[in-house]
Amino acid sequence: MATENLVEISGVGYSYDKRRPILSGIDMTIPRGKVVAIMGISGSGKTTLLRLIAGWFKPTRGDIRVDGVLTSALDRDGLYKMRRRMGMLFQFGALFTDLSVYDNVAFQMREHTNLSEAMIRDIVMIKLHAVGLRGAHNLMPSELSGGMSRRVALARAIALDPMLMMYDEPFTGLDPISLGVIRNLVRRLNDTLGSTSIVVTHDVQEALDIVDYVYYLSEGVMVAHGTPDEMRASKDPLVHQFVWGEADGPVAYQYPSRKYNEELELV
Amino acid sequence: MERSTIDLWVGLFMVAGLGALTILALKVGNMGSLGGGETYQLSAEFTNIGGLKPRAAVKSSGVVVGRVTAIAFDNEKFVARVTMNIDGHYKFPQDTSASILTAGLLGEQYVGFEGGAEDKMLAAGATVKLTQSAVVLEKLISQFMYSKAAEGSGSK
Amino acid sequence: MFNRGAIINVRGIGHRTVESVLRFGYATRFIALTLLNSGASFRRIHLIVRELYFTGVLSMIIILVSGLFVGMVLGFQGYHTLKIYGSESALGVLVSLSLVRELGPVVSGLLFASRAGSAMTAEIGLMKTTEQLSAMEMMAVDPIARVVAPRFWAGVISMPLLAAIFSAMGVYGGYLIGVVLIGVDDGSFWSQMQSAVDFREDILNGVIKSFVFGIAVTWIALFEGYDSPPTAEGVSGATTRTVVTSSLAILGLDFILTAFMFRGV
Repeated sequence: MATENLVEISGVGYSYDKRRPILSGIDMTIPRGKVVAIMGISGSGKTTLLRLIAGWFKPTRGDIRVDGVLTSALDRDGLYKMRRRMGMLFQFGALFTDLSVYDNVAFQMREHTNLSEAMIRDIVMIKLHAVGLRGAHNLMPSELSGGMSRRVALARAIALDPMLMMYDEPFTGLDPISLGVIRNLVRRLNDTLGSTSIVVTHDVQEALDIVDYVYYLSEGVMVAHGTPDEMRASKDPLVHQFVWGEADGPVAYQYPSRKYNEELELV
Repeated sequence: MERSTIDLWVGLFMVAGLGALTILALKVGNMGSLGGGETYQLSAEFTNIGGLKPRAAVKSSGVVVGRVTAIAFDNEKFVARVTMNIDGHYKFPQDTSASILTAGLLGEQYVGFEGGAEDKMLAAGATVKLTQSAVVLEKLISQFMYSKAAEGSGSK
Repeated sequence: MFNRGAIINVRGIGHRTVESVLRFGYATRFIALTLLNSGASFRRIHLIVRELYFTGVLSMIIILVSGLFVGMVLGFQGYHTLKIYGSESALGVLVSLSLVRELGPVVSGLLFASRAGSAMTAEIGLMKTTEQLSAMEMMAVDPIARVVAPRFWAGVISMPLLAAIFSAMGVYGGYLIGVVLIGVDDGSFWSQMQSAVDFREDILNGVIKSFVFGIAVTWIALFEGYDSPPTAEGVSGATTRTVVTSSLAILGLDFILTAFMFRGV
């Protein structure tokens, strides 16, 4: 019963307390095999949305279905079963610092499967080769550069060939070369593994080049969505300001404050 | 670090820890001298036990042969009843005498057994008939003073 | 009648009380979860062995050295005090009883809290800060089963062993000073010790004490790490709290346990 959309989100709202909703009325579909970006400025609720999809929090309103399954109805075991088919790349990699690169990539296989050590070794090498770090398998995470550890984390996330890959700010804090490498890996791995990817990011230009579809969040509300070209051409002032990185616009440059000349007591 | 190195060190640690525990039990504690071997119970009645405490040693000819397990006051005979666990290896004749002695002038008090000449041995649960109570220092001193005083008056 | 400051202060006290009760409740749930999820650590014993290395083996040097020195100091001090009463031969008793009943469990517990406990808190706090625990959860691996439980059992296993090593070293230190250096009679040193130290009453009770301290210290250390705010200050604050709280817990528990164990003797 494979549905066309891997992830279906309808009417989702989320809040820590009643007064301040983090997300409200989110509708979203993520088709199989596509790379979809969730964009928005910092604090717009996009990471929260990602964690809702992963079943980290339960939505206070609305439904989230992953592969046809309502995640909020799953118990812990069901959720863990679901997560075995998900991979997540954290903002700074989140490699296990007490394990070597090899053991990091092998981690899930050792925890969840009964594969022989020889088999695990082969898979680890394949995954490390895919991110170009086969030669680094003996290093410890502390010996890796930022870009390298992000790639190792990527190899670790794809170790069990997940059906859904989630990237939480994958481009943050990388040099241009590493950034290019990660960016291309996101696309290539999605296509070669036949998985589906969600990229949460605010690095617009990098993301627009590789994704199929964009959802734009602002202050917990979905304000726009479309293909990258539609986003670039968007007349929506919010989207326009975001895509072109303009300092002032609907998102004000100034933090809400008193009038400037009042502050300086010029009046 | 290699797993085998870790295993080695942890193994050494476990051996050291358990070894220390064994040393404490055997060398520091009394497990070695009076281990879980067979024991039997004897009791004795004393008019005064002095400072005898439970767990005090029972010695015969200076050798530890058992331990005091309980001390109670007999409200009918008005004596102290001392119960002891004696090592099963040691047997004592029925006319054995028990006395409460002190190790050194201020040392710990213990029960001393002195074997008699009887052929029959004390059975488990038996009572030692011949007892000598603790020497109370104050009594000893006052006796000494009286006798000195008597001596002094006699010579005059 | 009341000034504003006083009212705020009273409210602050109430707030903090409620907060600490809540935290204690959470800590209890945390340890219950740890115990419930311990199965995996025993099925994969190398997880515990690995943590035994960090909590036990790496604490051994400090335990060995401190044990030896505490014993040597006891030897000196005990000798000079006992000499006044002419009972130097009881030096072995004094050294061994102080060690197995009190100093062994308590001092090694305090050292364990500052050596292994603080390291545990810092490690788990950092794993949380760097999202390693989240990543683990995302990979469908329960961090309590995989990270917390093995550390807990390693702490509980190593603490009594460390205390035993401490006491044994201490007795040896007392022997070195009393017998080898000062010249107390070798035979009476050991024989008096053996007749005064009871296996069940003294040694076993000491082991029970150190076992309880082990549970307390590891529990506090793991909980503080797991509950620490995911920032640099959060982790350093949690590490300090681990050392302070577990030291106080050791002393408090020691008082209670001593009152229960040795009241008749």
